[in-house]
Amino acid sequence: MATTNGAVENGQPDRKPPALPRPLRNLEVKFTKIFINNEWHESKSGKKFATYNPSTLEKICEVEEGDKPDVDKAVEAAQAAFQRGSPWRRLDALSRGRLLHQLADLVERDRAVLATLETMDSGKPFLHAFFIDLEGCIKTLRYFAGWADKIQGRTIPTDDNVVCFTRHEPVGVCGAITPWNFPLLMLVWKLAPALCCGNTVVVKPAEQTPLTALYLGSLIKEVGFPPGVVNIVPGFGPTAGAAISSHPQISKIAFTGSTEVGKLVKEAASRSNLKRVTLELGGKNPCIVCADADLDLAVECAHQGVFFNQGQCCTAASRVFVEEQVYADFVRRSVEYAKKRPVGDPFDVRTEQGPQIDQKQFNKILDLIDSGKEEGAKLECGGSAMEDRGLFIKPTVFSEVTDTMRIAREEIFGPVQPILKFKSIEEVIKRANSLEYGLTAAVFTKNLDKALKLASALEAGTVWINCYNAIYAQAPFGGFKMSGNGRELGEYALTEYTEVKTVTIKLDDKNP
Amino acid sequence: MERPLQPESGPRKLGNSSVSGRRGTTSGARSFGEEDFLGKTARGTLQKITKNNFTMENHKTRNGSSAKICCVALDTVPYQGAESEMSSSQPDIPAPLTNLKFQYTKIFINNEWHDSVSGKKFPVFNPATEEKLCEVEEGDKEDVNKAVAAARQAFQLGSPWRTMDASERGRLLYKLADLVERDRLILATMESMNGGKLFSNAYLMDLGGCLKTLRYCAGWADKIQGRTIPSDGNFFTYTRHEPVGVCGQILPWNFPLLMFLWKIAPALSCGNTVVVKPAEQTPLSALHVATLIKEAGFPPGVVNIVPGYGPTAGAAISSHMDIDKVAFTGSTEVGKLIKEAAGKSNLKRVTLELGGKSPFIVFADADLETALEVTHQALFYHQGQCCVAASRLFVEESIYDEFVRRSVERAKKYVLGNPLTPGVSQGPQIDKEQYEKILDLIESGKKEGAKLECGGGPWGNKGYFIQPTVFSNVSDEMRIAKEEIFGPVQQIMKFKSLDDVIKRANNTTYGLSAGIFTKDLDKAITVSAALQSGTVWVNCYSVVSPQCPFGGFKMSGNGREMGEYGFHEYTEVKTVTVKISQKNS
Repeated sequence: MATTNGAVENGQPDRKPPALPRPLRNLEVKFTKIFINNEWHESKSGKKFATYNPSTLEKICEVEEGDKPDVDKAVEAAQAAFQRGSPWRRLDALSRGRLLHQLADLVERDRAVLATLETMDSGKPFLHAFFIDLEGCIKTLRYFAGWADKIQGRTIPTDDNVVCFTRHEPVGVCGAITPWNFPLLMLVWKLAPALCCGNTVVVKPAEQTPLTALYLGSLIKEVGFPPGVVNIVPGFGPTAGAAISSHPQISKIAFTGSTEVGKLVKEAASRSNLKRVTLELGGKNPCIVCADADLDLAVECAHQGVFFNQGQCCTAASRVFVEEQVYADFVRRSVEYAKKRPVGDPFDVRTEQGPQIDQKQFNKILDLIDSGKEEGAKLECGGSAMEDRGLFIKPTVFSEVTDTMRIAREEIFGPVQPILKFKSIEEVIKRANSLEYGLTAAVFTKNLDKALKLASALEAGTVWINCYNAIYAQAPFGGFKMSGNGRELGEYALTEYTEVKTVTIKLDDKNP
Repeated sequence: MERPLQPESGPRKLGNSSVSGRRGTTSGARSFGEEDFLGKTARGTLQKITKNNFTMENHKTRNGSSAKICCVALDTVPYQGAESEMSSSQPDIPAPLTNLKFQYTKIFINNEWHDSVSGKKFPVFNPATEEKLCEVEEGDKEDVNKAVAAARQAFQLGSPWRTMDASERGRLLYKLADLVERDRLILATMESMNGGKLFSNAYLMDLGGCLKTLRYCAGWADKIQGRTIPSDGNFFTYTRHEPVGVCGQILPWNFPLLMFLWKIAPALSCGNTVVVKPAEQTPLSALHVATLIKEAGFPPGVVNIVPGYGPTAGAAISSHMDIDKVAFTGSTEVGKLIKEAAGKSNLKRVTLELGGKSPFIVFADADLETALEVTHQALFYHQGQCCVAASRLFVEESIYDEFVRRSVERAKKYVLGNPLTPGVSQGPQIDKEQYEKILDLIESGKKEGAKLECGGGPWGNKGYFIQPTVFSNVSDEMRIAKEEIFGPVQQIMKFKSLDDVIKRANNTTYGLSAGIFTKDLDKAITVSAALQSGTVWVNCYSVVSPQCPFGGFKMSGNGREMGEYGFHEYTEVKTVTVKISQKNS
């Protein structure tokens, strides 16, 4: 019956995995300047700063150092691009989405270049950069591309003889200050919703990792975003970052980084022009393993949850609470995992752990490890730097950790897993919620009621049940308490990048 | 079901000629056709809207065809990217293909091509020349059964389609858009040859609309969100928005490909599988896109296409016990049969987009120049074969005479001929039956005392051409003021007061669309609220975009297509309630 009246072979979902990626050796860094109005600028001060490869401690290149005058220039460009009647403001929403889709296509095209740059600049394993960071970037861009023409106002049945409707308008010029742990991904988390809603942006990438953001600038230009829509000013927090936070013409700021700096950003926003603020800050995230859990799964997820990206994740599972009955078993198996974790050259495909980002972080982590030893936690493995190897730290596991120790209270941001013991659900809820942080939490249990109970009781913006770091462009992400303000990703992110305008029209009472 | 369906299946639909106001470029009065300026390459993605000198002369000199196309072209120029200046160059409409082969003429099931079980075929014609283009396999009940079995199989729990990420469904639709864009010229030529549609309209409006529809629906796939609900008691409640299942879709001949995509894109975005019957007059473009569906990588059985006739294949779909939902675009008469068949068989969900007798109300304070052009296009676009055709034009008394005079002048400017030929501005009607029906209605208008201002008869000696026709002094009881004509026949009526015209506009069983021309804010809002119609256009007409819901009040239809609303029709809501030990806010 079936004939070949068709040119194409029987369709199956096209699920070819990307060709086995390879880092680009001897990659030349092309984009090191300030990106304003789709053009490359030198810093007004003439200053540059060096960016380093944390696994070799070699300088990669010098980058123009933006400061207040450069931020001012960028804001001016962003404001001009946001003027009523500008090409950007008059563009159909569907076409804004199309531009974001095309940007995703270019990121996909240059995926290996971007992953290589990310690994050079941040020390993260290349395969992680390629499969996790870049995958996340592409999916986030495509997700928000689809929202552009689906941001809908409402008509509202008000009292009286009036017509009332809302318009969801872009906020205006949005500042974005991004961190060094997921340099490109965190930028895209901010850029994609901002652009999808029709804003213009001024970005300051982290001074440790400015290279992928600048490369993205070149793609933004290539794709055809109008000049001034995206502007990127590399520089330092106290100078360029402060200029953005306190800029009177920036209408909204989004920051991802430490809680300490988040407070400064919000303070500056208030003091200047009450700009809208969203913050994604630190965490000291509880990971609760109940005795009825699938222990294999729990051990592996908790391990990846804390050690992923050298422990440099705001979502790091840095307080693992394990129910008494399975505690010893859990610790033993976690130590086995940690000891096997391959540490080394991030360009080696076998490597799962590279160096920490810089000397300062490295010192801070070692200091916290020492405090753990001093305060009486039991060091199960690791506990020091790798010999003769720059910024590498051995995967470290502490057992018999108590709530008052520094390693159970402070964000470590390094490859250190503190494991605590608990007896009852009510007790662990109280202990898990006892900190000022509230970013994420995880629960491992097979019991439905327990899972739902913990999901509602935990004070955290995200709760993962029988999984970890399950972050999707479709699902909102953000913190309770001092882990942040507002949400990124999902439909919720759109509310952070739009202003609602209520329009009310009085009708002539004489008409029917 | 006992009663056979009518001879034609879904013979009609929707004009998407978007006619913008002269200065109305910021009002969203732009349309589908712009898609082709967007993003073929990395550059040229951004359009700049120029000062829009919207006049008839401009339209004619530009390509001599429909004013609509030029309106779009004038509105829009490509943006050239960072380093080049904003240019004012116009995009070219390519020449239609001259050697088009009709390669895909079989039944498409499970991503494979099948002969009909009966062995029968039916001919497909070019309405401009009355020549046969090719023969197509004629699907009937047995073929529909095969297609439904394939669609059901593809919808099984655990199947590749059901286990696919929602975002991946969106990717496939996006990829399909890219393939349609690649084959745009083939498809536009096909649509023009088979549908009698002006080539430039097919290329810009129909295909432009197709691309936008696919890309819009692609974006929804992973944004169809359920809710968690604060139910009383110690319960946790959430909703899942699940696909309905196997969806039957019966298409019209007036916008064959666009209506095909209006149906399949939301259905697939939500995760359904489909069995489609294109109109027997125009099955070719849907069959071509079938190959693209396969090429894009949709799993076998997700999309199945069974060409055939209404009383056989169409009836088999409407009354099939294993089809969960049927969507139909066509006449009100056939729509009733479909809903009846759905009721008699398995209570399948039904959405209908049916006929209209749409009022267009022009107040004396309107911008006359613009109103003339827009009301003209609102009726004559695509030879009047649009369900939204503004076939009752109500003009306020004080401007009535001038309005009629100038409408007649405008109608006389048409160049009839082969729609593939540059310079031609009106093509043929779709087939002999429609042609005769329109001529009969024109005769009734003459007999019932309307004043024939121009046209009034057939044109040429080959093909189904009808002269552009304008009637004045039309009164509400005449057949031409009550029945859907679906041809190039404009009725101009006179009105005196607001209350009066609202009453008259609503005095019909139809309620698809309506137009208003006025500069008065209060009048615009009051009349929009008063009209019984699924769509109201103010100072514009036929501005149909994928973001906006479209559908009819009263007997013009059930449900809505496109926009977020359209997605409700393709999902079932499941409420899951879980007992928990203790609820907390």
